[in-house]
Amino acid sequence: MEHHSNIVPWEITAKINRFTVKYASVNRDGTLDYEDLESKITSKTKLVSLSHVSNVSGVINDVKRVAKAAHEQGALMLVDGAQSVPHMPVDVRDLDADFLAFSGHKMLGPTGIGVLYAKRHLLVEMNPFQGGGEMIKEVAYAGAKERCYVSLNEPPWKFEAGTPNICGAIALNEAINYLQRIGMDQVQAHECYLTNYAIKHIQELSKVTLHGTTDTALKCGIIPFSVQGLSSHDVALFCDNYGIMIRSGFHCAQPLHQVFNLTSSARASFYIYNTREEIDRFKEVLKETEQL
Amino acid sequence: MPSVEDFVARIEGACGAEKDVIVVFKFDKKEEALANIFKRAQLKRSIAGIIHEMTFKDHTFRVYSSGKAIFRSIKNKEELNELLSELLLPDENGVCSFRARSFR
Repeated sequence: MEHHSNIVPWEITAKINRFTVKYASVNRDGTLDYEDLESKITSKTKLVSLSHVSNVSGVINDVKRVAKAAHEQGALMLVDGAQSVPHMPVDVRDLDADFLAFSGHKMLGPTGIGVLYAKRHLLVEMNPFQGGGEMIKEVAYAGAKERCYVSLNEPPWKFEAGTPNICGAIALNEAINYLQRIGMDQVQAHECYLTNYAIKHIQELSKVTLHGTTDTALKCGIIPFSVQGLSSHDVALFCDNYGIMIRSGFHCAQPLHQVFNLTSSARASFYIYNTREEIDRFKEVLKETEQL
Repeated sequence: MPSVEDFVARIEGACGAEKDVIVVFKFDKKEEALANIFKRAQLKRSIAGIIHEMTFKDHTFRVYSSGKAIFRSIKNKEELNELLSELLLPDENGVCSFRARSFR
């Protein structure tokens, strides 16, 4: 069920470092097959990487359970929080995540900046992935030996070579402050309310098929769907005419579409600025697409 | 001499297994682009004044009033370029002859 960003880097790295990437199965309703995943975590497993929330189906994964299974086998747990951190309260300590990544552009912040959280002892152990200014304590030239001796800075600076994206960091910080002032509980409650409301009303349309589970206890904020006889791009361009922006295509998650046996899908998603009235309007527009 | 690029802002290979191609017309040229297409292609049906299903030669495609068009079953860029040239530009018996430049 992963976004390509949680597949492609591992496949590239696997070729360079010669390790194997294993994939867990997904049930027909888009939920994770926990038994399959847990059966694939062995003492040979180094890392389990899992999205907290699917960017296609909105399914919320029980990463705490998976982290426990990973740790029992001595593996590390990386959580892709790009779709969870902007939409719900996330406590890395409670999840026991070793790493958690999220992106600024999905949470009212700018593009080009994101966050990678890691447990401190891992940051201390890890080598920097790039070198440059600011990430060192000292670069001492030993003239006699004609070489420089480098001692690394403390984390997180050890990983922040060169001039950082200062504007991006300030803007993302403001976005986080803004969301925290609203309260992530409130954000989640609002989205769940809208998701419930939208599912209930869209299900009334005879030519619209919702993909994946519609149980809002298992998902939040995202509704993937198709309209009979129309490609997802037709639906998106039609909605565009009414000022309704939805996503069409694979949503950077082609394998999950293979599970759903779809060539593409349309995806409606909600955030703090959306309203019930907008969903009413969306339903009316979808109703019109049924006549196409 | 007019070219396809005069009308087209960008061409996107739509994400998905259908391999649709979305052509986005330049904002200030979209009315002219749509008018040219309507002159040359045959309107099969129009829905809500927003989606216009057109046929031209062996191709069926959809034009949107917002200034976009979706083409399906296009083999390659050359074929799309040729099709857009025939739809958008004056024909050889018209004001001028043309050879469309390649687009991005």
